[in-house]
Amino acid sequence: MARLTEDNVRLAKEIIGRYPRPRSATIPLLHLAQQQDGYVTNDAMVHIGELVGATSAEVYGTASFYEMFKFEPVGKYLVNICGTMSCALMGSEELMHHAEHKLGVKAGGTTSDGMFTLEHAECQAACTEAPCLQVNYRYRFRVTPESFDSLIDDLSAGRLTSEIPDHGTVAKVRQHIPADRGVGAVPPESVTEAPAWLDGKAAL
Amino acid sequence: MSGTYAHAPGFIAGDRPKIVTSRFEYEDSYTLQRYLATDGYQGLRAALGRAANEVHDEVKSATVLGRGGAGFPAGTKWGLTPQGVYPRYLVVNGDESEPGTYKDRLLMERDPHQLIEGCLIACYAAGLSQCFLYIRGEMALAQERVAAALNDAYAAGYVGKNILGSKFSVDIVLHWGAGAYVVGEETALIESLEGNRGMPRLKPPYFPAAIGLYGQPTIVNNVETLANLPWLMLNGAEAYTAIGTKTSPGTRMVAVSGHVNRPGVYEIINGITTFRDLLYKEEFCGGIRNGNKLKAFVPGGGSAPWFTEDQLDVAFEGPQAGAAGSMLGSGAVMVMDETTDIPAAALTLTRFYAHESCGKCTPCREGGTWLERILSRVVDGKGTMADLDQLIEVGTSICPGDFPHASNEKLGISAVPFPYKMNTICFVGPSAYAPVNSALVLFREEFEAKIVKRNTIPVTAVGAAS
Repeated sequence: MARLTEDNVRLAKEIIGRYPRPRSATIPLLHLAQQQDGYVTNDAMVHIGELVGATSAEVYGTASFYEMFKFEPVGKYLVNICGTMSCALMGSEELMHHAEHKLGVKAGGTTSDGMFTLEHAECQAACTEAPCLQVNYRYRFRVTPESFDSLIDDLSAGRLTSEIPDHGTVAKVRQHIPADRGVGAVPPESVTEAPAWLDGKAAL
Repeated sequence: MSGTYAHAPGFIAGDRPKIVTSRFEYEDSYTLQRYLATDGYQGLRAALGRAANEVHDEVKSATVLGRGGAGFPAGTKWGLTPQGVYPRYLVVNGDESEPGTYKDRLLMERDPHQLIEGCLIACYAAGLSQCFLYIRGEMALAQERVAAALNDAYAAGYVGKNILGSKFSVDIVLHWGAGAYVVGEETALIESLEGNRGMPRLKPPYFPAAIGLYGQPTIVNNVETLANLPWLMLNGAEAYTAIGTKTSPGTRMVAVSGHVNRPGVYEIINGITTFRDLLYKEEFCGGIRNGNKLKAFVPGGGSAPWFTEDQLDVAFEGPQAGAAGSMLGSGAVMVMDETTDIPAAALTLTRFYAHESCGKCTPCREGGTWLERILSRVVDGKGTMADLDQLIEVGTSICPGDFPHASNEKLGISAVPFPYKMNTICFVGPSAYAPVNSALVLFREEFEAKIVKRNTIPVTAVGAAS
């Protein structure tokens, strides 16, 4: 149960500064909160509301629309098995049955040791490599029962920690706009003129 | 296997002209170093050497069709912004989630600088003063590659203030989603970017080019569309239109998945390559798996009405596909062979759209859910003949009138051309019905077989009073 840490507030302010309106940063900040705590806490939503100028209810209203935000702890590894057409045609249903058996939980459940949450996912944009799954949004293609088992064994033994971060972290690289290079965002109402390069002449 | 790269799983190169995938053969294609060594940012330089309106005209004359689904020409779209209203924004639609589709993900993972350069050219030509690059939340690697590429491009002076030392200045802000298919709809994308629930806006205005992000003129372009621009600027509209046909110039990326020998993402020639080429030629998918017979295929992403072997000679040209009863959509073909359980396959798509309905329009929220429930019942062998009529009745309440479908010689039916009428704001509701309608029109006997075989007691007979 935590508000954003000091470091994360600094990062949050940097992110907010890129948008003409602070509320546009809501989703990026929710990701930041989830990265900090593994899920989105109530305190974090109150804090995000303060930062972007929204009520915590508005922040929750936004957050609850999106599948990736979790409001209670999930496993260290979120295993999403795709079940949409291309994967279904290539045996994703059997893979899901196998996964449920291997992990001892039904889709939607978390293993008792808190390591794995298993979910049925919709199309993950890897349709030619079906059936596919994602572990904390990192792909595994053409998954067989055998490769699923070794994936779970590797994750359990901590052999994939350098590739796959704990749940909450999606991208490990962030954008940073250097102060001397960025144009900077301004509210739309403070701009009335056409951009400088629309003067009918070449820019270079 | 030839033409496949371990570093780009899913992509199959082939021996054809390449506009957007030319760097995929390099393992380090995503780095600034490789990009600069392969004509990188030269298209931008060429563009900045001309007046913005000339660049816009060049893109218009090349007829770069939007690759997101609707196929609307990018140059025309840019021209829909109202005169004299500023600021204008560019929103890049990288929220790729249409079932069967993935090309934008590959373009972002494998060649992020090409996308960045495309964004810059669009901003320059259409006078857009800030760009938001919206990447689907679940695409971790794409986000990392684009973030790293942006950091490098800023440091090297390709993005930000006074680009290449010119008067052209624009920021590109990486933004990422959090899992919602409907956000791929352009007005929902804008809502999401404003920090709201990603629900499509009421229309009109039909185009965010008039009223979009923060109520300002906003161009929403697909990733692949923008990725075409560096090549176009470097080689000119004439070279671009020399590939493909007059109405569908250039190339496009198509993902073919399902029951084919070589599922993969191919860059094909627009307007010329046919579905038969794509499914059967050795340079593409090399036929149906195990020598099986083709049963049906989805030609343009999960939302598209289905084709069968009768439509194999349709080329990748919008009007052709439309007249045949479907659409090319987002460049995704899903192939079903003779072993496919058609009602069950349709259910996987209907379930998707029912799940992804944002809930704003009643016909979609309720209709999609009921289509899924009724179809599930039929697939489980618990349906009645009345259920099949009910499916069509629910579908008609989402899309009034005749729903588009393909012709079929064996069944003696002719095509109902695309598009459909709809009672919803966006296409999610109609998309839930498209697979049901196609499957019922083309393979009704498979539904009936599930009903004939049912061994449960009809509901009406349970608990009868006497």
